[in-house]
Amino acid sequence: MIETQSVSKRFGSLLAVDQLSFSVSPGEVLGFLGPNGAGKSTTMKMITGFIAPSEGRILVYGHDVENDPIQCKRQIGYLPEGAPSYGEMNPLAFLEFIADLRGLQGTIRRQRLDYVIDRLALGSVLKQSIDTLSKGFKRRVGLAQAVLHDPRVLILDEPTDGLDPNQKHEVRDLIRDMSSDKIIVISTHILEEVEAVCNRAMIISRGKLLADDTPANLAAQSPGHNTVHLVMGNSSQAAELATELEQLDPPPRVERLEDGLSLKAIPPAGREILPQLQQVLVNKGWAPSQLFVERGKLDDVFRSITTGGRP
Amino acid sequence: MNAAMILFRRELRSYFATPLAYVFIVIFLLLAGSFTFFLGGFYERGQADLLPFFSFHPWLYLFLVPALSMRLWAEERKSGSVELLMTLPLTLLQAVLGKFLAAWAFTGIALALTFPMWLSVNYLGDPDNGAILAAYLGSLLMAGAFLAIGACISATTRNQVVAFILTVVVCFGFLLSGFPLVLELFRDWAPQLLVDTIASFSFLTHFSSISKGVIDLRDLLYFGAVIAAWLAANVVVLDLKKAE
Repeated sequence: MIETQSVSKRFGSLLAVDQLSFSVSPGEVLGFLGPNGAGKSTTMKMITGFIAPSEGRILVYGHDVENDPIQCKRQIGYLPEGAPSYGEMNPLAFLEFIADLRGLQGTIRRQRLDYVIDRLALGSVLKQSIDTLSKGFKRRVGLAQAVLHDPRVLILDEPTDGLDPNQKHEVRDLIRDMSSDKIIVISTHILEEVEAVCNRAMIISRGKLLADDTPANLAAQSPGHNTVHLVMGNSSQAAELATELEQLDPPPRVERLEDGLSLKAIPPAGREILPQLQQVLVNKGWAPSQLFVERGKLDDVFRSITTGGRP
Repeated sequence: MNAAMILFRRELRSYFATPLAYVFIVIFLLLAGSFTFFLGGFYERGQADLLPFFSFHPWLYLFLVPALSMRLWAEERKSGSVELLMTLPLTLLQAVLGKFLAAWAFTGIALALTFPMWLSVNYLGDPDNGAILAAYLGSLLMAGAFLAIGACISATTRNQVVAFILTVVVCFGFLLSGFPLVLELFRDWAPQLLVDTIASFSFLTHFSSISKGVIDLRDLLYFGAVIAAWLAANVVVLDLKKAE
């Protein structure tokens, strides 16, 4: 369990994090979303004990990050932004160094090293200096370092930045595999990633928490959510259907497109229209040539929340 | 194993993973040798001791040690690896000690590689080997003091060149405070106590007796205290500046 209690961080006159309070439980994969400079990284740096909050306090499994930093750091695996490491070392020596500092010994040390090297596909570059590796490999070395000691808490700052689509997929699988009993906090700009791996999303802007919900619920706040798009066989059917739809409860906003055949039924926010609409189609014996239901886009919600307006 | 020792091993190995170690050692040995023979007049003196060798160490360290210490923290801050290190389960003191001791051990290795000098003087005459050992010990202690200053200054900046220049200036101040030139300036008007205090801060004054083979506990304590004070300052500076 991680708890932040009214945490603020000030850099000079800049308030980077403003009275942030939340708690995360095991099994949760929390995605931090926000524009650049929103305070995501700063919050992560405070949870991992790299910088101290100006106000408030942070508890990691009951240990205060400021008063009991070593106990907290033992529980946490952390991938800092940009995955820094020691460039002159090779991945094997680097991971062995981390294993030693993490207090891993004997067979467990061997097993964990083998596991992360295999899982992050580092076998081919173990003896190459990290400086000479590609961005993707550097990121994976950083991830390997973070998960090496099988921590209860994983804090990953942009874990898939710089990876190709296959590698992104691998990393997301890794995160999902570990998520059942761990606390995982990731920050990302890639909204599809949040939908792919997170079961909770927090939108932060200017250091303030603006939204905290499941990615699906957040996406549902999008104005286009549950809109039904139809293409009818002929224009008279389309016209008749439009009038029928306006009688429904709740009444959708119906828009006809210029081709005369296509129409959109937009339900009131947070409502569905598909079942009622299907009933109409069945009653009339009409078969639309195309029908699809639009899902809300996290992008739209993210944009409208972080630029000030509600969706 | 203690976290400081784990870091110590990593650091010491990393010196030899880059050309830095070899360049440093070769330059150190070349300069130490040429100072001894050409400037120190090793042969001309006709004495079987290593005084001409040791008396140039303060000046050698003045430029070489800052070159070694400048990267200690500045490089970690620049590359961001300081964030990794500081979020691993080790204390600030352990981190400072591990890095400092590795750099000190490295200068110890460079110093030990001057052993042909000791072999030569034993071949040519019959020197007081106890005095030579004492001088080696003193030289190592002085190198540690230079390094502790450099490590602390390196933590104040992300820029290695800035760290180098500042370290040279501060170390020069510590050397200079015992120079007759400086002391004469004060001697005419300042109370004897002040002159003595300034002189007592001098690396040269403390090193000169050790380099002759005279081990005075006060000199050892002095260098020990300088190292401890600068390392303590290093911990404080690191805590304040690590995230900037």
